[in-house]
Order: sequence, then structure tokens, then C-alpha cells
Amino acid sequence: MGFDQYHEPPEELPAKTRTFARLCASLTEEAEAIGWYEQRLAVEQDPAAKAIMRDAQGEEFKHFSMDLEFLLRSTPTWREIAHGVLFQPGDIVEHGEEAEAEANEGGGSDGAAPDEDDSGSLGIGGLKGGVQ
Amino acid sequence: MNHLLRSVAPVTDSGWELLDDEAKQRLTAALAARKLVDFAGPRGWTHSATNLGRSTAVDKAPCEGVTARQRRVLPLVELRADFAVSLSELQDHARGALDVDLDNLDGAAHQIALAENIAVFHGWKKTGIAGIAETSPHDAIPLGQSTDAYPHRVARAVELLLHSGIAGPYGLALGRDEFTNVVETAEHGGYPLLDHLRKILEGPIVWAPGVKGAVVVSLRGGDYLFESGQDLSIGYARHDEQSVHLYLEESFSFLVATPEAAVHLSAA
Repeated sequence: MGFDQYHEPPEELPAKTRTFARLCASLTEEAEAIGWYEQRLAVEQDPAAKAIMRDAQGEEFKHFSMDLEFLLRSTPTWREIAHGVLFQPGDIVEHGEEAEAEANEGGGSDGAAPDEDDSGSLGIGGLKGGVQ
Repeated sequence: MNHLLRSVAPVTDSGWELLDDEAKQRLTAALAARKLVDFAGPRGWTHSATNLGRSTAVDKAPCEGVTARQRRVLPLVELRADFAVSLSELQDHARGALDVDLDNLDGAAHQIALAENIAVFHGWKKTGIAGIAETSPHDAIPLGQSTDAYPHRVARAVELLLHSGIAGPYGLALGRDEFTNVVETAEHGGYPLLDHLRKILEGPIVWAPGVKGAVVVSLRGGDYLFESGQDLSIGYARHDEQSVHLYLEESFSFLVATPEAAVHLSAA
């Protein structure tokens, strides 16, 4: 697919950002695939074909979830907002606004820190591959 | 708010940004072990032990007809380095001062990085951490007094690793004196020693305060695992009229999976 996922010259981006961009691209692809399977399932009449596609869509659910978890672990502020939105009953938009406000108030930082309450981590993480 | 209690400290958002940026800069330069070993986590402050995948038989189960085994784990260690920052310095930062005195933070950052490096490279017996140099089955190679011999010694270490089936690329952790020796030396013909060693290793050379001598480590992965619980963070302890008392803190364990994947080059 070339370097479509980069908006800046890849050679100027740190390895961590390139990985982040790859996973963002992967997340998009998985979401697209889920949507495509949903459409195919809606029109397919053959039960066997339908079962196969449902199984395949399940794989995409898994891939999407894994991509998302990686990205959330890499981005504490995103994770914090997601915490306030995902798996919560009630008004989604309301939760989103509240979670965003709370994250901004907490001054969420960048970097890897997947703790449930990771505010304060310097986000240093692993440094292997980052030195010459 | 988590256990670091940052939100109750008398430090503004820009003050925290200043402290975090300074700490990150200092730590990143000195955290040599993380530049050479695999890193897992961070798993969070509540993560207490690393799974070893091992168990020990327990002599007597609670009743007959039952056998028992107990899991063995490696408990995480917590490192903490206290420091204080003058409140007036932070106030001056808010006014736009650029030369804020953060010496205490710098000192704490160096010490905690030093402790992490020593634990990983030379072990920490009391906590069950075995170090890379200590567990290596290869005889340590004396670095010698003269930097002229460094390429030969490093090449010998690389050959030892190859002979043991340990693939490269390889990284070199150099203690402070050894790093200075390498950086300041040009070989016959003016070729920098640093570049020569890099060519032998096909990998990075790392400034590693706390390392005695030097260590050649395979970077192929899967040989050494640093598991982070809470990654390095700044927390708040207390404050008085003059200063805010803070600390740098982390929790981690370190495991050696392949002891033969490194060679220690002992200091002269």
C-alpha cells in the first residue's frame, strides 16, 4: 500500500509515530471490512455463505478491537476519553462531551501508559530501536 | 486522581509540563537498559508480579487425594527518588523565566536511571533480579587499559555470541569512563573508534551509567524482558512554604530468558 498512511515524510517521523500511524490505518481497514461484511450479509440468501461471512466478520471485530486497544494504550488522553464513552449505558454524545471535558481538565499527556489511571506517567516506555 | 496525587500539588499545568519534560529528557538519555532489552507494559501500579510459568510442588494438600503446586512469580520492585522544587522557582517559571533551577529533579532522574541500569545489567540479588552481565555463561573479557584493544575485544565478544548461535545485531552498553574513552578516540588514520565499533556490532552504542566496563547484548529480541508496572512518573508527597516535595517512581521486574545472549567486557 506504499506510504499512504503518512501525512508527513516518513523519514522525519519517529518509529513510535510510524507504528501508531500503521495501526490507525489498520483500524480503518478493519472498520471498512466490518461494514462490507455487514452489507454482504444483508443481501446474501445462501445460509452457508452467510455463515462463512459472519465468521469472517467476527475475525474483523477481533482485529479492530486489538488495533483499538493498542492505540488506546499508546495514547493516554484517547484512552481516558474512551473510558468515559465505551460500554456506558445512556446518551453517547453526553458521555463523549463529559469524557472530553474531564480529559482536558486532567491535562492528559501523550506516550505509552496503559494503566487504568495513568495520569502522571512520563510515557517513556521502551527505547529499543530508538538509538543509533 | 491516582496514587501520585498530582492534582493536589501546588503546581500549575505549565509547571507540571516543565517538570515532566525535564524529567523525560534526563531519563531518556540515561535509561540505557531500555535501549537494549525488550520492554513489556506498562501494566499499571496495581500489577505486582511477573509470571515465570513455573511452579513448585507443595508437600501436603489440605486433604487426601489431592496434589498441589504453587505458582512461582517474580515480584515487581518499586524504585522511588525523592526531590524538592522551590515554589518560587515554579512561580518564576509562570512569569516566563527560562532558567528555572531543576537541579534536584535532574539529580533524582539520574539516580533512578542509574538504579534501573544497575539492576538490569548487574542484578539486584535481594529482589530476585538477575542481571545480564552476572548471568552470562561466557567468561568476561577484560577491556584493557588501551582503547586500541577495544575493537578486538568487542569483535571477540561478537564472535563468542555467534559461536553460541546468538544472532545479531548487537548493542554495546558502555560505562561512563569507557564511553568517554570511545567517543574521544580516533584510531590510526583518524577513523573514529565509535564508528568502527558500530560496524562490528551492526547496532547501537549506548551511554550506560552504572555499567561496570561494557556489555555486548544481542538485540534479536526474546532474550531479556523488562516488564514495567507503573512506568516512570512524578508524584506529589507534600509541600511547605518554600518547596514542593515530589518523587520519581516506577515499578518493574527484569527477566533473563537467554543468559548466553550477552558478554561482559570487564573494566580495566
